[in-house]
Formats: sequence, structure tokens, C-alpha cells
Amino acid sequence: MARVLVGVKRVIDYAVKIRVKPDKSGVVTDGIKHSMNPFDEIAVEEAVRMKEKKIVQEIIAVSCGPTQSQDTIRTALAMGVDRGIHVEISGPEYQILQPIHVSKILAKLAQDEKVDLVILGKQAIDDDNNQTAQMTAGILDWPSGTFCSKIDNNNGELTITREIDGGLEIVKMKTPAVLSADLRLNEPRYATLPNIMKAKKKPIKKITVKDLGVDVTPRIEILSVEDPPVRQAGAILPDVDTLIAKLKESGHV
Amino acid sequence: MFSTCVKTLRAASKFASLARYESTLVIAEHNNENILPLTCNTLTAAKKIGGDITILVAGTKCEAVVQNACKAKGVSKVFLADSDAFKGFTAESLTPLILKLCNEHKFTHILAGASAFGKALLPRVAAKLDVSPISDIIDIKASDTFVRTIYAGNAIQTLKSKDNVKVVSVRSTSFELLPLEGGDAKCENIPTGDTLNQVEYIKQELSKSDRPELTSAKVVISGGRGLKSGENFQLLYTLADKLNAAVGASRAAVDAGFVPNDMQIGQTGKIVAPNLYIAVGISGAIQHLAGMKDSKTIVAINKDPEAPIFQVADYGLVADLFKAVPELTEKL
Repeated sequence: MARVLVGVKRVIDYAVKIRVKPDKSGVVTDGIKHSMNPFDEIAVEEAVRMKEKKIVQEIIAVSCGPTQSQDTIRTALAMGVDRGIHVEISGPEYQILQPIHVSKILAKLAQDEKVDLVILGKQAIDDDNNQTAQMTAGILDWPSGTFCSKIDNNNGELTITREIDGGLEIVKMKTPAVLSADLRLNEPRYATLPNIMKAKKKPIKKITVKDLGVDVTPRIEILSVEDPPVRQAGAILPDVDTLIAKLKESGHV
Repeated sequence: MFSTCVKTLRAASKFASLARYESTLVIAEHNNENILPLTCNTLTAAKKIGGDITILVAGTKCEAVVQNACKAKGVSKVFLADSDAFKGFTAESLTPLILKLCNEHKFTHILAGASAFGKALLPRVAAKLDVSPISDIIDIKASDTFVRTIYAGNAIQTLKSKDNVKVVSVRSTSFELLPLEGGDAKCENIPTGDTLNQVEYIKQELSKSDRPELTSAKVVISGGRGLKSGENFQLLYTLADKLNAAVGASRAAVDAGFVPNDMQIGQTGKIVAPNLYIAVGISGAIQHLAGMKDSKTIVAINKDPEAPIFQVADYGLVADLFKAVPELTEKL
């Protein structure tokens, strides 16, 4: 096995309480802490572990987005990725960039870079779409292993444990394939200071969607982004008896 | 009065014309024996779009499922595709079949429940159709306009699709169950074609439980880090049995190994909206709230009065769960 491509997205940090813009066009992103999508960290970690087991030679991290996406690629490089590709998309085009566009970009890069495996996070925690890995696999006509909690790679023979609704499922497939990482796949490492310094010397190639020949025409129009309904404040009850009385009153027990 | 009348007529004819041209394919999720409830929620969403509804039942020896599906009211046709190739219901085996149907019948909408099955399948289908799928919708405003949540349920996005085929996964808790009765749809066997087996299904390891299924349970009790161990979850199981409730968990409880991950409720686990949700020893992180804040009544039992869960709870009990839960079980 030669190469792995990992997709990394820069998103608002998972711990931030987001704010919807007053004009209902989206959420406030300026001046807000961003970091790598948590599922993508897991994807990167898995690729790095494969390299450490010497079943992978090279790992390439890709991010599509504005200039700041390079920070996310640097984080991946510091975790052990070999090189980065930044597909620059900014302004209004990025606002409406969707999984269909990203998967076309990833599919093109997977072919150009002759990778054997694409590992992505199962979903980005901002758009919550859970689509990109499946679509990338569809475009490439490669098998997909979604929501992986365990990946055994034996010379390109993949045995994958998937997280499904009722429990777990085991499937097998051959590379090339596209996998998506679930939370339970691994515990991502922290980048150490020496590795962060080393990552600064690793190459990041900058390209545009035009270079790749990918059409990023919007497929949807966002009509509005609004706050969810606020729940009415509840009451703190003094004891279990009062709780039971309240539940009986409202017909729950 | 006349103008109002004209307006009404116009609106009605516009609606009718919209409805006439819609035709929806609902991909049934089933276990070769029964249709899963979330398919019935998805059918309600299909009805809201209007127009013709067709159900696809693809599986292995699944005639019983078809009989169920034909009883769904308002469904015009049920396609049965029976083959060993659909073992494990892999996206790779089902996608060519769905594409073929879509080409032949020119469906305007393809719907499935937003479960692990639907989430794995629909985006692959959409990629092949070169359309942008729409995930986990909570409402339908028009046949091309959908509502969904983003940022772990902290914002609600309304979007209009410009694609000719809308590939949509449906959040089951946001739509009523369509009962499988009163209908009389025709069943049609369809050829399954050559299926290329890119993915070999080996087996499933399902968590066995006598309790109701989590996503459709009327009452859900869930535990978090505060339970301290897997053994202590027994306290919740005992209470759950008394209330005929399903038992869920926070990510912290799953990560600590107290319970299996298919019990996780939240942004990246299951979304539930029961009548009653009892959160025990759960702080209420954003990611957990994403999975349960549409519950009708929320009860929180936590010893930390500052826990964010109390901000969404209708009834809060600031107490030690190891005392409060057994007391609750005993007194109920």
C-alpha cells in the first residue's frame, strides 16, 4: 500500500456556543475559535498509525477552504502527515461549498495522487451532513466503509467494524476504498512542540478548483439560518416525591 | 370577496400542480422480516411532499416486509427486489438498483430515514445522480424547500434545492408514524440485475435487549459519567423496566466503557424525542443536547446545580443519583 489521502476541515471549535447572525444568513464565524473537525483528527490519527505500522508510505492531507485552512493542514502535518494540499476556496463560494463539491475535489485528487485509501471523518460538526465520504466513494466507484470503529488492513484487504444502529457490523473490502471515521476509532494524539516545528518545513501545495476542473456551482440556496426554539425554563424540585407528583400530573407515569 | 376567491383558487391550483408532478421513492429499511418504524416516519414526510409514493423493499427473502409495505395508506406501488446480493444492505449493492429505478420512473424525490442505513446509502446514490443530498430534515416547506439543523442543533437552516432529483434523509422524530393499514398498494417484482459485490458483508453484532428501541421509545432514561461504572447502569435498567423505557447514554458513559456505543444519544449518536426523557448524571454538553432537546418533558437528576442540563430540564432534581434513582424506582 502506498498512499493515503485524509480530508481535514476547519470548523468552529466544538466547545464554542455558536451565534446566529441577526440577518439570518448564517452563523457568526469572524473572531471565533476554529479548529480541526474532531472526526478528521481521528481520520488523521488512523492514517498516521497505519504509517507507523509500515502499511502506508505516505499520507497527504487535503483541506478545501479559505487561507486559514492551512492552519488545519499544519495541525495534520504536526500529527504525522507527510504533505498537504490546500484547495483554496474563499468568499461567497466557500459559504455555499457543499459535500458534493468537496467529494468531487477529493475524488480528483485521489486519482491524481494515486492514493489507495481515502480516510475522512464521518461528519463535520458544523454542517452535520455526513455525506462527503459516501459521495467520494460514489464518484470514484470505490467501496466505502462508513462509521468505522476498527480498521484492519492486511495488504489492501480491509476488515472493517462499522458502528450501526443496533450495534456493530463487520464488512470486508479491497482497496482502493473510502473510509469514514467514527468517534470510537481511536484517540487522536496531541502534536508535540518539536513536531509542530517540523511541520512548518513540510510542503503544502496550493491549488484552485479551476486547476482541478471541478465545478462548484451551488446546488442549494440557503433561505435562512435561525435560532432553534428556546425551551421554557423549568423548575428545580425539592425531592423525589414532588418529581413523581409532577410526572403524574403531566400524565407521564 | 371575489379576489380572495381567485387567490384561493390560484393557490389551490398551484399546490395541485406541484403535487401532481412529484413522485417519491421511499427506500424501506427493514430486517427481512419487518419494516422498521422509521420507514413509517419517512412515509409521512413523503406524504407531505405530495404526489405519488412508491416504496422499494430490497433484501433477501423479504416477502413479509412487502406485505406490510403494501398496507401503507396512500402508497401507490411497492417494488420488491429480492436477492442474496442485498445481504447486509450495503450501499454498494443497493445503489445500482436505485439508479435504475430512478432512470426508469423519473422520481423527483428519493427518501430514506436518517439512520446508519440511510446515511450510508443516500449520499452514494446522490453522487451517482450528480445531485446534492439533503441530510436529516426536520420539516418540509415545499417540494424543494427543506428545514434541517446545523451546528449540533444550535441553528436551523432552511434551504432550497436546485437539483432535479431531491435525495433526502428524514429525521424520524420530526415526523409522525404512518400506520401500515388501510392501504392497498400493488406489489411488483423487479429484476435485481447484476450486482457487483464490492463490499462483503460478514456479520452483525447486535446488542440484545428486551427494552423498547431507543429512537422510537416513549420514555428514555439515560446515564452519563455520573453513573461511575457499567454495573451502576443496573439502577437505570431497573427504573427503565418500571417505566417501559429505553436506556440511552452520553458520550462520556460510552467512552468510559460503561455501555456500548449504540446507546449513545447526541449529535453523533442517536436523536431521540420521547415524551419523557430522564437524564441521570449527565452534565448536558452541547453535543448531548443535540440528541434529546426535542423531548416533550425533560427531567434531570444531577448533584451539580450548575450543570447545563438544568437549563433545558422541565423538572430538575439536585440530588445524588445513587439515592434519588432507587427512591424513584421504589415509589413509582
